[in-house]
Amino acid sequence: MDVPGCAAVEIHKLSFAYPDGQVALRGIDLCVAPGERVGIVGPNGAGKSTLLLHLNGILQGEGTVGVDGLQVTRANLGRVRARVGIVFQNPDDQLFSPTVFDDVAYGPIYMGLSEAEVRQRVTQALQQINMEGYAIRVSHHLSLGEKKRVAIATVLAMNPEILVLDEPSAGLDPRGRRILIRLLERLPQTMLISTHDLRLVKELCPRTVVLDEGQVVADGPTGKLLADEALLLAHGLD
Amino acid sequence: MHSSSLDLYRAGASFWHRLDARVKLIITLAYVLTVSLMPVGAWPAYVLLFAFVLSLVVASELGVWVVLRRTLLALPFVLAALPLLVTTPGRVILSFSVGRWSLPFTSAGLERFLSIACKSWLSMQMAVLLTATTPLPDLWIALRALHFPGLLVATVGLMWRYLFVLADEAMRMLRAREARSAGGEGRNGGSVMWRARVTGSMAGSMFLRGYERSERIYNAMLARGYDGTVRSLPVKPVSATQRWVAALATGVLLVLLWLGQWMR
Amino acid sequence: MSQWSSPLYQGYIRPARAVGIPGHSVASGPSPMHIPDGFLSTPVALLMWVVAIVAVAYALRRVSRDLDERKVPLFGVLAAAIFAGQMLNFSVTGGTSGHLLGAAIACILVGPWAAVLALACVVGTQALLFQDGGLLALGANIVNMAVIGVSVAYAVHGAVRRLAGDQRWSTVVAGFAAGWTSIVVAALACALELAVSGTSPANVAVPAMGGIHMLIGIGEGLITVGAVALLYAARPDLLGARKGEAAGNRGILVGGLVLAIVLAVLSPLASSHPDGLEWVAEQRGFLDFARGSPYRLIPDYVFPGISNEAIATIVAGIVGLLIVFGIAMAVAASRRRRGSAQNP
Repeated sequence: MDVPGCAAVEIHKLSFAYPDGQVALRGIDLCVAPGERVGIVGPNGAGKSTLLLHLNGILQGEGTVGVDGLQVTRANLGRVRARVGIVFQNPDDQLFSPTVFDDVAYGPIYMGLSEAEVRQRVTQALQQINMEGYAIRVSHHLSLGEKKRVAIATVLAMNPEILVLDEPSAGLDPRGRRILIRLLERLPQTMLISTHDLRLVKELCPRTVVLDEGQVVADGPTGKLLADEALLLAHGLD
Repeated sequence: MHSSSLDLYRAGASFWHRLDARVKLIITLAYVLTVSLMPVGAWPAYVLLFAFVLSLVVASELGVWVVLRRTLLALPFVLAALPLLVTTPGRVILSFSVGRWSLPFTSAGLERFLSIACKSWLSMQMAVLLTATTPLPDLWIALRALHFPGLLVATVGLMWRYLFVLADEAMRMLRAREARSAGGEGRNGGSVMWRARVTGSMAGSMFLRGYERSERIYNAMLARGYDGTVRSLPVKPVSATQRWVAALATGVLLVLLWLGQWMR
Repeated sequence: MSQWSSPLYQGYIRPARAVGIPGHSVASGPSPMHIPDGFLSTPVALLMWVVAIVAVAYALRRVSRDLDERKVPLFGVLAAAIFAGQMLNFSVTGGTSGHLLGAAIACILVGPWAAVLALACVVGTQALLFQDGGLLALGANIVNMAVIGVSVAYAVHGAVRRLAGDQRWSTVVAGFAAGWTSIVVAALACALELAVSGTSPANVAVPAMGGIHMLIGIGEGLITVGAVALLYAARPDLLGARKGEAAGNRGILVGGLVLAIVLAVLSPLASSHPDGLEWVAEQRGFLDFARGSPYRLIPDYVFPGISNEAIATIVAGIVGLLIVFGIAMAVAASRRRRGSAQNP
């Protein structure tokens, strides 16, 4: 908590093994400053998704995880989850309410806000993703791109400090991708984006972290890392 | 692949559409109860009940054919009551002999069979009208407002939301099975046991994927602050006008019920 | 996209035709166990509603007490899986198809109380949205399929496992037995309800429903076995996880067995003495408006002649027509007003 450059996310020697014994993370160290945009890349099975799940306490391993000045512990989970918004890979898993309004209102409702505030947050979040008229729509009828944006709105409605996205552009057509990238560019939050889409990382994230077999193998400026072909090849990125 | 949902709801701006879902639900249930309480053979009452539901269909601007079409679909059920034609004692109007057995069609049996057919059909129309004019999310809210337990309503809501996703998976599996079922015309290979086993595996894998999906949904809920309780926004109370509508409709139904008793 | 061409409609209402398996004729549509409105007498229907409400309320209490909160999305998705699973079928012989209820699978996967909940949701939605089963009869349908089906499945499964021990083959036998018995006993209950309502005499309903469902039950049993086998292979932890709760569920275990035995004994009895049930139904005649007593003489109206009832019907028809016409005029007028308001 003392290192100034780590005020947003500070992970120290994080290790995690699943109940069946499979080791997913081996001593991860990560430091993210407020407002930074970091791309997290690596082959499948590297532990990217597992790492993300530690940021809001869904998984808890050995080592320390701090977000926005708070330690992620059992006692803090409510507050942590209000500060860290995770957008998962499959929007169908996150849009579980009858209508778009209900889904976006879910977070604010569970934060205990008044009805007026909840409605205001929903309107605001839908504006941020440019989908104002969609409140009464049923999520099943939406296209994949629209679902992904609504999933982001469900998290934005909680006004998080840190936004974490898992494969945001997966399955999108070029236009959907373009819309998504423009949306993410406009958002002020600190961002961690786990993805295979290297072009997205180049466009959005000045910094990249390469994960492989549960360890951080590279961490530096995007331009430099993604130009290093040997590195990319060695870790299944090209 | 994106399965289109079963679009039961037809949008509209009619008076009936704009009624609160709770009112519509109560009227529907009152109607079904009235129909059920009608005695056998009270034809004038059945006609009036038909007029009741038909008026509502007209008022909803849905188009009479839309409702009729959907009810005709479920009507084959009524065939289950066919045995009544021959088992109800009474005056025999027709008699068939099949081998040693004779099947006496009685007038009382005919009356009962037709009564059941009418009642089933009337109830179905009202139910179809309800679902065609009420978006489902409103219906779930109505259930919640009528004090159905939160857990139950949440379960129904989630079920409806993921029904199409899982139905998609089921269709894909069925299609994949079909693509691999290269039997000749009319002749299926493999024993019944084997085919049942394959279907069972499909069911099992669908349940399994559903289970794993539910774990991901749970994570998504946690990430947005879920704490084990089912919470939702408060529901607006029903306006006085709508209460009057509900009272009026129920009153009309009671009158019809009384008429029906009187007209036996 | 119209309702008729949607995959869900096709898959649910016309299972065989949608898939087009060669040599497979059209299945008869939704399960024969969903009773429509008009078939049950009102007292029977209302009694069944009371039973259904009590049972579901109790299941809700047990579920929120015993199971931790992560299960909430599980019930919904499980119910969806059961609903969608009922689309999966296979041809048994040329004309019929095996087709799933899912009580046994649900029960094996998440325990009896959650299964009651999930199946009640499925049956309720089928009635409300697909008219598969009536609304007044919904109570009875929930009791038959969600309560009786599940408790019998649980009881049989538990009993077989207890008797046969923990080997691989005992899970197969238990699964089949649970699936088969749940269907048959539920069908017997259905038949008895129809008989007590006077809709279908016991000596017709019991053998008919019982017989058909003994065949359908084979399909259910086999599909259950297939599903359990797959789950055993892929995620055995899901199946074994609930050894501990058996103690708390002894009530439903015993209850399910009792139900199965009672219904199994009662049905053939009722079947051979249909008059007994008619007598019972008659005694309630003073409460029962929906069922005309078969022993009372009913005036002959079938050939409309000069009878009061014919005239009354015609008058009712005219009145009805006038009402509908009036409403249609009102609607047309209000539309014109709305149209002119939008086009100033």
